[in-house]
Amino acid sequence: MAKEVSPGVLALRKVVDDVYADARKAKAEGKLVGWSSSKFPCELAEAFDLNVMYPENQAAGIAAQRDGEIMCQAAEDLGFDNDICGYARISLAYAAGKRASRKIDFETGEFVIDPNSGKPLKDENGNIVIDEATGKPKKDPKTMKPYIVLDDIHEIEALPEGREKELRLNAIQPYKQMRIPQPDFVLCCNNICNCMTKWYENIARMCNIPLIMIDVPYNNTVEVNDDYVTYIRAQFDNAIKDLEKLTGKKFDEKKFEEACKHANRTAQNWLKVCDYLQYKPAPMSGFDLFNHMADVVTARGKSAAADAFELLEKDLDKNIKEGTSTLPFPEQYRVMFEGIPCWPKLPNLFKPLKKNGVNVTAVVYAPAFGFVYNNYDEMVKAYCKAPNSVCIEQGVDWREGICRDNKVDGVLVHYNRSCKPWSGYMAEMQRRFTRDLGIPCAGFDGDQADPRNFNEAQYETRVQGLVEAMEANKK
Amino acid sequence: MSIYTMGIDVGSTASKCVILKDGKHIIAKSLVSVGTGTSGPSRAIAEVLENADMVREEMDFVLATGYGRNSLEGLADMQMSELSCHAKGASFLFPNVRTVIDIGGQDVKVIEIENGMMKNFVMNDKCAAGTGRFLDVMARVLEVRVEDLGMLGDESTKEVGISSTCTVFAESEVISQLAVGTDKRDIINGIHKSVAARVVGLCHRVGVRDQVVMTGGVAQNHGIVKALASQLQHEIHTSPLTQYNGALGAALFAFQKANK
Repeated sequence: MAKEVSPGVLALRKVVDDVYADARKAKAEGKLVGWSSSKFPCELAEAFDLNVMYPENQAAGIAAQRDGEIMCQAAEDLGFDNDICGYARISLAYAAGKRASRKIDFETGEFVIDPNSGKPLKDENGNIVIDEATGKPKKDPKTMKPYIVLDDIHEIEALPEGREKELRLNAIQPYKQMRIPQPDFVLCCNNICNCMTKWYENIARMCNIPLIMIDVPYNNTVEVNDDYVTYIRAQFDNAIKDLEKLTGKKFDEKKFEEACKHANRTAQNWLKVCDYLQYKPAPMSGFDLFNHMADVVTARGKSAAADAFELLEKDLDKNIKEGTSTLPFPEQYRVMFEGIPCWPKLPNLFKPLKKNGVNVTAVVYAPAFGFVYNNYDEMVKAYCKAPNSVCIEQGVDWREGICRDNKVDGVLVHYNRSCKPWSGYMAEMQRRFTRDLGIPCAGFDGDQADPRNFNEAQYETRVQGLVEAMEANKK
Repeated sequence: MSIYTMGIDVGSTASKCVILKDGKHIIAKSLVSVGTGTSGPSRAIAEVLENADMVREEMDFVLATGYGRNSLEGLADMQMSELSCHAKGASFLFPNVRTVIDIGGQDVKVIEIENGMMKNFVMNDKCAAGTGRFLDVMARVLEVRVEDLGMLGDESTKEVGISSTCTVFAESEVISQLAVGTDKRDIINGIHKSVAARVVGLCHRVGVRDQVVMTGGVAQNHGIVKALASQLQHEIHTSPLTQYNGALGAALFAFQKANK
């Protein structure tokens, strides 16, 4: 039976779907479409009514759809090292025109099905049906999928109109993240990660398009220095001038203020949603937050996102009153999940947590996107604080605060091979969590987008070890 | 009536079993030098039962641990991680243990123990450097038996540094040393120090408290134990039962379960 989806979740999905659909529509109408880093001040783009896509969100989606590996390899074939962030590799391959596509038999026009794909066929009693000829389980044809191959949109577009062009265009993976428009400009803010700078410079160069850059220096102190505010504010002003030049429009202060209002309301509602994980047991699976982050990233300057989070809050309130949860098993242990999930391996990530009754009730990445501000300078300060741009004292303070508030029993740390700055300071953070909070921590190797960097057996041992240590710690 | 429990440690390179009477006395053990995915686990089980002159049905509880713990469907009553089992086994052999260093076939664990229970742990990352597999590769290149590495390293007279932590790079470094005629015994000593250096990094992340106990097959190599003790500046205890430590811990947990 299909899971019932709550009104809040449906609304949130619609918001993101609309952002993607609006961008495709804008492109078709000949309007400009940009690509933006996740923590670029979206309020500026909103003030110019620009349609913007978010490569980080796109890459996470592509990875979750299991096309991370083929796209990462495509980037490596272009000369990008496999040490570079998986999101960046996927995005750079996409910017270069590479697409994950379903293999076609050009004679029949049908997709070529991979015989190794799909789930076993079950009879009406739920038993696996065995193929008498082979002695192996039969595959459910409905779950079988075509082989995935790499194609190139530029090559396809250069083809004359006709059957081949049509078939190849149609064969590109149909989900929204594999169908975003190519960019006409890029908006980059390196507060989220310094890898952004070179990533976006490469896109700008590859596509020969303007790059609007906001450089946020690393914060060595907990408080944001006034000099930083002056430096970044000047860049905001400059970005406005660049956007005026790009669009041929004057900066609309009213629209800007409106966008700020929406962004604040979205952030406040998002933070309220995150706080529901403080309840014990929690009314949701903490992994839900990672899914809902798509809205915070792609639509935080839109009123629809703020409204959708309000609806989600109502869903969660209902769960609390009814004693229910989106977590599909009873919550026995509560952990903080540190880092971005391994999107291509989400089911494998979830399986041992489910087996051991572990709910993720704290994630620092999620509330880090909830910036609330009252004026321009505060807005600048808010954009200074991203997980990778703050010093370790601030980072530890954020995490330990959320661990205490959300009552966690342990910490599961993803040493994300894509994210060197984040994973780099984790060993020291892990040491401090155990020292300050007296809870066990376990780390595992993985990657946010490249499945080649994750080993399921190693992960399972570490999760089981963490559970056993949490159990011993309770006694 | 006595309670008999069995612990099975299905590792990546060996399968070990221990049968325990009343959670106190080891009455039989077995070791087969192949691990998960092979006939090793079932052979080890058959062998330990034969050694004890018992049958599976006489076991009150069977607990599996190790990399292949989940592959024993139907043979074990329960699975636990090798982390807890090594902590348990080491606490049985050395009641005052606070730190366990286990170097297995494909991973390294450092476990902090409090009151005989695992409090926290760190493991190596995906890389095989510093594991038993690393030593296997080096022994092969040097054309010596892995069990002779400790003895040969003792005879070293000259310092040779093996700086690469990556197994592949270290292998070519060893080959280059052999090519220029460096004495194998000096190279082996250098390899021991290189493995120890990598493990010491993990130890410091957990914090080292006495007593420090080293378990797992690699603890039989006294060259590694010596290099580790020197770099950690702590005395390191080992037991002749070191290879059985995980299986012993599993049999002890099995006793707790059988007793409930």
